[in-house]
Amino acid sequence: MSDATLAVPLRLNGLGKPGQRIDVLIVSVICVLGLLWGISATALAHDLGMRVIAAIFTIAFAGGLFAISFAGSKGNLAIDEAVYLDGVIKAGVIAASFWGIVGMLVGVIIASQLAFPDFLYFKEFGFLNFGRLRPIHTSGVIFAFGGNVLIATSFYVVQRTSRARLFGGLLGSFVFWGYNLVIVTAATGYILGVTSGQEYAEPNWVVDIWLTIVWVAYLVVFLGTLWKRKEPHIYVANWFYLAFIVTIAILHLVNNLAVPTSPWSSKAYSLFSGVQNAMTQWWYGHNAVGFFLTAGFLGIMYYFVPKRAERPVYSYQLSIIHFWALIFTYMWAGPHHLHYTALPQWVQTLGMTFSIILWMPSWGGMINGLMTLSGAWDKLRTDPVLRMLVASIAFYGMSTFEGPAMSIRAVNSLSHYTDWTIGHVHSGALGWVGMVSFGALYCLTPWLWKRKRLYSEKLVEAHFWLSTIGILFYITSMWVSGIMQGLMWRAYNEFGFLQYSFVESVKAMKPYYIIRATGGLMFMAGACVMAYNLWRTAKGDVAASEPITEAQEA
Amino acid sequence: MLLKNHGIFERHSLILTLGIVLVVSIGGLIEIAPMFKIESTIEEVDGVRPYTPLELVGRNVYVREGCYTCHSQMIRSLRDEVERYGHYSLAAESMYDHPFQWGSKRTGPDLARVGGKYSDAWQVDHLADPRSVVPESVMPPYEFLKHKVVSADHIGDHLMANVRVGVPYTQGAIDSAAADLMAQADPMADSSGLQSRYGGKVNARDFDGDAAKVTEMDALVAYLQVLGTMVDFTTYKPETADNLR
Repeated sequence: MSDATLAVPLRLNGLGKPGQRIDVLIVSVICVLGLLWGISATALAHDLGMRVIAAIFTIAFAGGLFAISFAGSKGNLAIDEAVYLDGVIKAGVIAASFWGIVGMLVGVIIASQLAFPDFLYFKEFGFLNFGRLRPIHTSGVIFAFGGNVLIATSFYVVQRTSRARLFGGLLGSFVFWGYNLVIVTAATGYILGVTSGQEYAEPNWVVDIWLTIVWVAYLVVFLGTLWKRKEPHIYVANWFYLAFIVTIAILHLVNNLAVPTSPWSSKAYSLFSGVQNAMTQWWYGHNAVGFFLTAGFLGIMYYFVPKRAERPVYSYQLSIIHFWALIFTYMWAGPHHLHYTALPQWVQTLGMTFSIILWMPSWGGMINGLMTLSGAWDKLRTDPVLRMLVASIAFYGMSTFEGPAMSIRAVNSLSHYTDWTIGHVHSGALGWVGMVSFGALYCLTPWLWKRKRLYSEKLVEAHFWLSTIGILFYITSMWVSGIMQGLMWRAYNEFGFLQYSFVESVKAMKPYYIIRATGGLMFMAGACVMAYNLWRTAKGDVAASEPITEAQEA
Repeated sequence: MLLKNHGIFERHSLILTLGIVLVVSIGGLIEIAPMFKIESTIEEVDGVRPYTPLELVGRNVYVREGCYTCHSQMIRSLRDEVERYGHYSLAAESMYDHPFQWGSKRTGPDLARVGGKYSDAWQVDHLADPRSVVPESVMPPYEFLKHKVVSADHIGDHLMANVRVGVPYTQGAIDSAAADLMAQADPMADSSGLQSRYGGKVNARDFDGDAAKVTEMDALVAYLQVLGTMVDFTTYKPETADNLR
C-alpha cells in the first residue's frame, strides 16, 4: 500500500463506505463485549475478588461507550493528519505522576511495616498486611508509573521521529485507558487477595487476558505509526521501544498460562509447576527488568538526552551493536535467580555466563548515553533536568555492573535471599528508571502544554537532591543489612555450630529498615515536588523568583 | 557486515520486528524447552503426592496472602542452609506446585521443611500474633484466618483444574474432594477414605484448636505441616545417574 492510503488511519479502503471508521468500530465492539461479560461475571462470580474486578470492568466499559458516543456527537473523534496526537500523551504524563506517588507511598508504608511491625499491622484485616501490599508497590511503580511513562514517551517519540500522527485514531486512547484499567483491576485484586502468586506477574487470569488485548492494540498503534513515517530510517529510540513491546508480549503470554477453576472464579492454577515454573518465571522476571525497565527506558534515553543536550547520539555503530547484543543476551540471564536451587546446574551456569556478558552491552548503552554530552558538558551546570538524565545514566551503569557481579555463583550464595538484592533492584529502579522518567516528564510537560519553560528550575534542583540522597540512604543501608544478613546466616562458632538463630538476623535489620524507609520517604517527597512543579507548569505559571530570560523568550 | 547492512532493519519495520522476535527467542528456547524434555530435571523419589483438598486450600491461602514475598521454599545445597533447614530441596518436591513458591527473599526463614518442626498450637499462636511467640518478629498477624470458614462448594473444580495442568488426582479423589476436605480437620471423622487416597502418613486432626468449624487457619496449618515431609529420604539415592544434574 502506498503512503497516501496508509495516511488515512484504519479506514476500510475499498470495502466499506469512505470515511467509515474501523477504529471506532473495534473499540466500541470491545466495549460492548466487555460490558456483556462484565455484567454476567458480576452476577455469576464465585468469589468476592472476581465480583469486584468484574464490576470495575463493567463500569469502565460503560464509561468507554459513553465517552465514545459523547465525543462522536461533539465531533471530537475526527482525525487531523496535520497535527500530532498529544492529548493521550498529556493524560499519560498526569497518570504517571499520580501512579508514581501512589506506588512510592505504598513502598514507604511496607518499608515502615518492617521497621515498626507493632504499629502498622491490624489483626483483623488481611488486606493491609505486607504480603498483599507488596505487589501493589511493585506493580504500582513498575507497571503503573513505569508503564505510563513508557506509553506516553513512546507515543511522543514515535510521532516526532516518524513525522506522522499516531496511527489508529481512537486506538491510542484505547491503549492508555485500557492499560490503566489493567492497573486498577490488578491492584484491587491484590488488596482482595486475588493473585497468581508469581512475582511481578501477580495480576489474575482475567486481567492478564485484558492486558493481552491492550498490548496487541499498543503494538498495532506503534507499528502503524512506523509504517506511516515520512523519515526513511526508523530512529534508534524506536528500535528499543519496539523490542520492549514485542518481547513483553512474548513473556506475558508464556509466563501467565493458567487454567481457571471456573470461568467465574478469580483463581487459576499456573500451567507449569515446580522447576519448570521457576525457570519460566525468572525468564519472565529478569526480562521484565531487561525489556520493561531497561529497553523501554533506553528508548527514552535515546530521544530525550540528545534532544535536551542538543547534541547528536554519540555513536551510531555502538547503538547498533549494543541494541542487538542487549536484547539477545538479556533473554539468557534469568537462571541467575536460581543458583544452588533444584534447577539443573547447566542452566544456572548458562544464566550466570550470559549475565556476566551482559555487562558489556549494558555499558555500551551507558557510554552512548553519557558521551552524547560531548561538547555540551557545561549544560550540566545550568540545566537541572539534563543533570537528572545524566545521573540516571550513571545509576544505570552502576546497577548494570552490580548485577553481573551478583550473578556470579559464589557472590550469589551470599547475596541471594537477602536485602542486597532489594538494594540492587532499587539502585536500578530509583536511580535509573525513576530519574530518567523524571527527566523525560520535565521535558515533556512544557513541550506538550506549550510553555516556554518549567514553573521552577529550583524545584527541579530540590527534587534532584532529594532523590539522589534518598537513593543513597536506600542502597547503602540495604548493602550493609544484606551482606550482614548473608554473613550471619552462614556464620559458625568455634564449636562448629551455626552461630546465629534466624531471628537474631531479623533483629539486627531494624536500624537499616528505618534508614531504608527514610530514604524511600525522601525519594517520594521528591516525586511530590515534581508533581507540583509539573502542575504549575501545565497551568502556565512561572515562579516569581525565576523570571523568564530573554533566551527562553526567544 | 551487520553495520553495513543494518539499513534493512532501519527501513522496514516488519523486518526489524521479525529480527527482534528471532533474537529474543533463542535464549528462552535453549534454556526453557529442555526443562520439559530432559528426564533428569525431576529426581526419582518415593512419597511425593498431590496435596489433599484441605492442604490445597491452605496452599491457596499461602499464595493469596503473599507469604512468598517474605518466605522461600527452596533450601539451597549449601552447608549452612542444610544444617539450618534440613536436606536441600529437590525438584520433585514441588512438581505438583502450581504455581511454584520457591520465593526470592528471606525476610522470614525458609519454609520448605517447616512441616512437623513446630506443634499445631505453636503455628496457630504464631500466625495469629507472631510477636506473642517471637518478640523480634516483623511478620504481620493473621488472626482473621481463625474466623474464616472454609467452604467446600467449589473444591472439586479446584482439583479438576489441577488435573488439567497435570496433577494426578484420581476420579475418586475429585468425587470425594468435599468430604475429604471436611474429614481432614475433624478428629471425629472417619479418615480411612482420605488415607486410602493420600496415603497413611496424611495428617488428619483438628489443626486450629477449634473443632466446631473448618477454618482457613486449619487449612494453612495443615499445609505448613506437610511442607517438606513427603519425600522418603531413606530410599532416595542422590548419587545415581538419574538424580545428578
